[in-house]
This record gives sequence, structure tokens and C-alpha cells, in this order.
Amino acid sequence: MKEEIGFIKFVVFVNALVPLVLLGYDAYYHRLGANPLEFFTWTTGTLTLVFLLISLAVTPLRKMLGLPWMVKLRRMLGLYAFFYGFLHLLAFLWFDKSFNLSAASADVFKRPFIAVGMLGFFLMVPLAITSTTGWVKRLGGKNWNRLHKLAYLSGIAGVIHYYLKVKTDTRIPLLFGAVLLGLLVYRILNKYAPQWTQRQPARAQR
Amino acid sequence: MLIKKTDDIKSSEITDEPLYFNRRNFLRGAVLAATTTATGWLYKSLTAQSQVTQTTDKIATVTSQSTGLLPNDKPNSFEEITHYNNFYEFSTSKQGVAPVAKNFVSRPWSVEVTGLANKPKTFDLDELIKLGQPEERIYRHRCVEGWSMVIPWVGFPLHKLLKEVEPLANAKFVEFVTVVDPTQMPNQRGTEVLSWPYVEGLRMDEALHPLTLLATGLYGQTLLPQNGAPLRLVVPWKYGFKGGKSIVKIRLVETQPRTTWSSENPREYGFYSNVNPTVDHPRWSQATERRIGEFGRRDTLMFNGYGEQVASLYEGMDLRKFF
Repeated sequence: MKEEIGFIKFVVFVNALVPLVLLGYDAYYHRLGANPLEFFTWTTGTLTLVFLLISLAVTPLRKMLGLPWMVKLRRMLGLYAFFYGFLHLLAFLWFDKSFNLSAASADVFKRPFIAVGMLGFFLMVPLAITSTTGWVKRLGGKNWNRLHKLAYLSGIAGVIHYYLKVKTDTRIPLLFGAVLLGLLVYRILNKYAPQWTQRQPARAQR
Repeated sequence: MLIKKTDDIKSSEITDEPLYFNRRNFLRGAVLAATTTATGWLYKSLTAQSQVTQTTDKIATVTSQSTGLLPNDKPNSFEEITHYNNFYEFSTSKQGVAPVAKNFVSRPWSVEVTGLANKPKTFDLDELIKLGQPEERIYRHRCVEGWSMVIPWVGFPLHKLLKEVEPLANAKFVEFVTVVDPTQMPNQRGTEVLSWPYVEGLRMDEALHPLTLLATGLYGQTLLPQNGAPLRLVVPWKYGFKGGKSIVKIRLVETQPRTTWSSENPREYGFYSNVNPTVDHPRWSQATERRIGEFGRRDTLMFNGYGEQVASLYEGMDLRKFF
């Protein structure tokens, strides 16, 4: 698998674009339902959380499965979360606020669910900026890792944002919350009892 | 990926076709095709956008009245009205209601009118719909979530039914109880979504108001399940959730009924729930709305634009307190 990493990255890249392509295709053919703007906003928001959780799952998965090369997919997945989050924010500002920024910022102060959503997005901004190899070197691996723990905060904000948005059926936001909690629990276990959480990579030679 | 321009490649360097389609490339192509298909399928099944084509019986209407319709109000399409529904008994996704509800059986059906009345009675649906000549009423419909439509309902005013049972003087409120049928309504198999049955209510003067409609159809056809077949309430100056769907019982009572949304979340949903651009929902503004089919948002009108007809019902009331 390791030697195929370039191809695997390409597969992940293309697959992560599939929802956007289908969204665009359906929009072009007016197949987004009666309220296409709401559908676009909802879908991009959900995709943001999905990609954020997948990117946070990379480390646990690679340790549990003993597949260190998986870390090479993490940056791209995180950037996809940022990208879909950007589309989601853009949809809100454009469709709901017609780019009236003072009305949008008034909303941020008045409505907790929007404030929390904004927080979730803006926490991703420094992570996207420092996602390059150059920045990893500049910050040093340890600091970089510490900074990128913010992804968890962003995920928590995203789940709360979703939970506060729905009227009563909280099952899907709670599902996202459960996954995020599972990932956090893994991290804690991994710190104190790594023998339970990691599979040693197979030795190359004996 | 680096794509070379064709002129850079000598013809002698071009790989023979059979070799080009070697096993590795074939496998790579297969992996790409299989994963994208799976992702696409997953995306499609999780976002469920299926359209259901359904037809129902025609209703011969006697009059058509577009009370209070404004020049920029155009009825929404049948497609829009039947594929964007809040009907939590079936699904909490507005696009998801139509496919889940499509086999809902609403015959035979009876409606029990009971409580503080001289002549309480259980009506069979066929008998009930003969109480009033079917009229077409084109109303604006404003959802508490901030979207709106224009819907050509068919039905008759509720007061005709109430007159039939002769309310007593102490009947101050009307409670509407809607159907409980977990075999046909998947979300009624638990109480995660809401507690059932879905109950709504009106003050007696609101219930007797000539705009208050018992709808049995729209666009000249009997109602589809997703719109509340066979019989629903329409109160055009209130948020949409006040209009209970698939009603089975109407009770005349002395005290204000406990209605579903206002019990579920009293801070966010009041008993009155009149459309009011000046009283925000705690989580969003009610000043504007998105008319389905339009790109921008339009201003929400006080009492959804029916103030002339209904404002007098609320004279002297603090509508911030009684939201």
C-alpha cells in the first residue's frame, strides 16, 4: 500500500469531490428540491462535519490498524473540511444575508447557534494556513501538533452548532457528537494506555 | 498529475495499446470507479431527493376566493407544495416526507367532534365534507422556520362544522387532535421526535373566524398524505405548525389546550404563534422569509398580511407576551 500512496491520495481527492460534483449537477438540473438554497447550505454544513471527523479519525485508525502511511491523507481531508465549511459560510452570507455583513454580524451576537458555527469555522482558519510542510518546519512538530488539536474544538463547535439548529429531532447531531466523543476517548486512552489502542506495525525483517 | 503536451512525445515513445491498458492501470481504474460510485451512492441515499408522482381525485369547487392576495403572490407549484413538507410523523426531512407518506391510507376516516357542545357527534369523512360547499382559498403560508409558499387550498370554513355541533357558552377553546398510527407513521414508533398525538388549538373566536379553513384538497384535488390527508386545519395568519394535519378529533374545551410545540419548547413556541415580524424566534429572526422558488428573502408581514381581517381579535393584547 505504501508505494501506492500517490494513487490512494488521488482516489481520496476524487472521492471527496464527488458530493460537490453531484450537488452542482443536481443544482444545474433543478433537482435540489423545493428549497435548493437551504439544501445547499445543509449539505455543505454536513459535509464539513463529515470531513472534519474523518480527518480526526485518521490518527486513531492508523494506530489501530498499524498503517502509518495513512497520515499522508490527513492534510487533504482537513483541507476538505475547511473547503466545505467555507462553502457553507458563503451560502449563509449570500443566500440568507445577501452579503449584508452588518446583518450577519448582528446575527452572530444575537444567535448562539450562529456564533458557535462561526467559531467552528474560524478555528479551522489557522489550521488551514499552517497545513503546509513549511509551516510544520517553522513551528516545529511539537508546537504544530499542539496547535492542530484545535481541530477537536472546531469539531465540538460544529456539533453544538448543528444540535442548536434542529428543532427537535437531534438524532443526527447526537450521532456526530458520539463519533467525536469516541475519537476523544481514543486520544485519552492512547495517552495513558497505548498498549490497548495501538497495533505495532509489522516488522519488515526478522 | 502532470500531463505532457502531445508534441513532446516521440511516436516511438508511445506505449503500445495492449501494454498501456495493463493490469495495474486496469485495477487503478476499477478502484477509482468503484469508490466514486460507492461515494456517490452514499451521498444520494443520505440526502434522499426522490420525487414521487401522485395524483388524487378532483374536487368540484363552487367558488374561488383569493382573500388578501398581493400582486407579488404567485401560487407555488403542485410539485413544490407536495415535496417540501413538515410532517414529523413521517420524517423530519422536508424532502423526505412525500416518499415515506405515499402509501398512507386515509380511508375510511372519521372525525369525532366532542366536548362542550350541545350535539357532539362523530362524523364520517364523506358526511363531514358535505357540511360546506368546497371553496378554493388561495392563502399565503408562512412556516415558523422562515420560509413561505402560496397555496390554493380547497375546503370550507371551520365555523360551519362548529355550528353543526352547537358549542356551549363555556367552550372557549378548540383542540385539534391528529392521527396516531405507528404502523403507517414511522416516527410515531418512539417519542424521540415529539410526543404523540400532535395536538393543536385555537381560541374559539379564532376558530370561528371566516378565514379559518378545514382543508380537504389543494389545486382542485383531494389532499395527498404529505399535506395532511384527508382533512387538515389552515389558519393563514399563524405559523404553519398551527394547522394540524390528518385530524381525528376536535374537542371544545374551557381552558387553553396544551399544544404539542408549546409544550415541547415553551420558550420558542407560543400558543398563539401569530405571524409577527417583530417577535423573533429565540434562534432566528422572523423579520424576513424565503418564498419557495425565490432567491432573495422578502419581508414578513404582520399577521402574514391578514391584519385587516384578524388584528381586531388581539386588540389590547401584548403580542410579545402572547407570542
